[in-house]
Amino acid sequence: MSSLWLLIVGLAMLAGGYLLYSRFLAGRVYRLDPEFTTPAHELRDGVDFVPTNKYVLWGHHFTSVAGAAPIVGPAVAVIWGWLPAFLWVTLGTVFFAGMHDLGALWASVRNRGRSMGMLSGRYIGARGRNLFLVVIYLLLLMVVAAFAVVIKNLLLSTPSAVIPAWGAIVVALVVGQMIYRWGVSLLLTTVLGVAALYGLILLGDAYPITLPDPVLGMSPATFWILTLFVYAGIASLLPVWVLLQPRDYINGVQLFVGLAILYGATLLSAPDVVAPAVNDQVPAGTPGLLPLLFVTIACGAISGFHGMVSSGTSSKQLDGEDDARFVGYFGAVGEGLLALGAIIAATAGYATLADWQAVYTAFNEGGVAAFVQGGGSIINAGLGIPASLSATILATMAVLFAATTMDTGVRLQRFVVQEIGEVLGLRVGKYLATGIVLVIAVGLTFSAGAGGDGGMRIWPLFGTTNQLLASLTLAIVAVMLMRKGRNPLPALVPLAFVFVMAFWAAILQLGTLRDSGDWLLLGIDVVIILAAVWVGLEAVLAMRDARRRPVETDEDDRRALEDVGS
Amino acid sequence: MTGPAARLRERWAAVRAGLEEFYAGPYRTTMRRARREEDDLFLLVVLAEALGVPDPAAYYSAEVLPATLPELHAWHRRMGMEASPLDHVGCC
Repeated sequence: MSSLWLLIVGLAMLAGGYLLYSRFLAGRVYRLDPEFTTPAHELRDGVDFVPTNKYVLWGHHFTSVAGAAPIVGPAVAVIWGWLPAFLWVTLGTVFFAGMHDLGALWASVRNRGRSMGMLSGRYIGARGRNLFLVVIYLLLLMVVAAFAVVIKNLLLSTPSAVIPAWGAIVVALVVGQMIYRWGVSLLLTTVLGVAALYGLILLGDAYPITLPDPVLGMSPATFWILTLFVYAGIASLLPVWVLLQPRDYINGVQLFVGLAILYGATLLSAPDVVAPAVNDQVPAGTPGLLPLLFVTIACGAISGFHGMVSSGTSSKQLDGEDDARFVGYFGAVGEGLLALGAIIAATAGYATLADWQAVYTAFNEGGVAAFVQGGGSIINAGLGIPASLSATILATMAVLFAATTMDTGVRLQRFVVQEIGEVLGLRVGKYLATGIVLVIAVGLTFSAGAGGDGGMRIWPLFGTTNQLLASLTLAIVAVMLMRKGRNPLPALVPLAFVFVMAFWAAILQLGTLRDSGDWLLLGIDVVIILAAVWVGLEAVLAMRDARRRPVETDEDDRRALEDVGS
Repeated sequence: MTGPAARLRERWAAVRAGLEEFYAGPYRTTMRRARREEDDLFLLVVLAEALGVPDPAAYYSAEVLPATLPELHAWHRRMGMEASPLDHVGCC
């Protein structure tokens, strides 16, 4: 079957979702009101609350939610065949992610731009906030560890990406200086920056770097992981304008370039999908599709992390409430596009079924490397760029996405550690806090072996946590809808589904983690299960309470906000 | 000035403004907050003499004193003092 069908049907489903279902959600369920005074106007302060053009805001929203995760998840999950991953990504984006992201944005806008953690205080109960802190910390911890392994694998499997992946740091440093010190115009800086990055990609492709074994007494895998954490630690401590800001910006531009290249090449070459629709010969040891598919692909179908972005920053910048449909729902569609591209690359980029099977030899094998290799050959066929150069482009892109998530993740975890310190009455300096974060994250990465070999075992657990966070957000949205006397089913059905799948997956992983003797991850899994039970109970109680209350009006909202606000 | 040329220029300016916003937006809060922290520290130094802390540069900081007044109220609230810490300046 030609991958063009996958592309066309997928795009049609996403477009239908945006044109039809988001219209229904905006009109009937959330009842977005263009006249409503958004927090960006009501509390305008030029720091947090800034009314922003909806296309620019969508750009921010999309680039903060999309990264390496919607590539890694689908690339791992196609081991069950392309059909399950395809259906979950498309239907998930339309009925789950779009609904969830738009809902989180709406809920926050209706509550003066407060974050989900604060909202859970109002709608679910005071304990909800601590629960949010715990879940978010675990989420950040796991994503940092998992991405260290992802980058390490890419640097080993695609040695031509070593020079551009590390050189991109220098490019970002120079871009930061150009803008703030030398006053070069942004447009020129962007052009020069992107050109420099592609120059490095060409250079890297000509000079692949394979580390000697051992290097400094370590295996190359260990060396790369340690180097990555040292980098993430330093990057997270630098002033943001020096490195993080230009890096995020270049990645944002790269995201659009990458999507255009991948989709353009697929359109032009229309390669055949060699992977089976449903793989009935999965390698031994592959866990069951149910429920693991639904946690392996989190970002790209539904991801709780989006709720954090929606309620943390986007809701404070929304110019009109009706913009939420474009920013929230279409942001999710953008990520669905990336996930769809990853599915196509990992299933259609191989010449024969045997080639494909040779890559997907075990669960968590293949993954991003398969995306890079498969996508590389599609780009080669479609655009005529040599296969190795195409693979270098994709590998560099994936490394950059993952690395920026790492440094931002370490930075955010540092704040959580400092906050916990404050709760305990201790003042934790930023160097100490970063040290604590790094020690825990490195420990988690190496808990599965000195080469981080089993590090990808974290991935399904990361998805589980992410889905748990999504359940929390959906529960808040459902309670809000119930209190307002609206139809809560668009939130309740995804909530029940995602919660059951995440809980089931967490229970199943208890067994696999015990068998592999990974005690640290097992401990985290237990914490996740406890948190899930807690979320479930609190949500049911809050919904029972919401059904008994009289219907809340906008006036009630205002009063409730003033009580909390003072 | 009207006509297609002006409209094109306007569009171009809008695109550039959007790009600037795309660059600056995500970290605006972090940077403004960092700047506010620095300003707060500076204010503490300027007000040192008035707060009873001997300040060897009082001759110079006294000169800046009037310029700090508009910020004083917000500053002492941020520093966790309900009322103005200066006996001779009552702002609230």
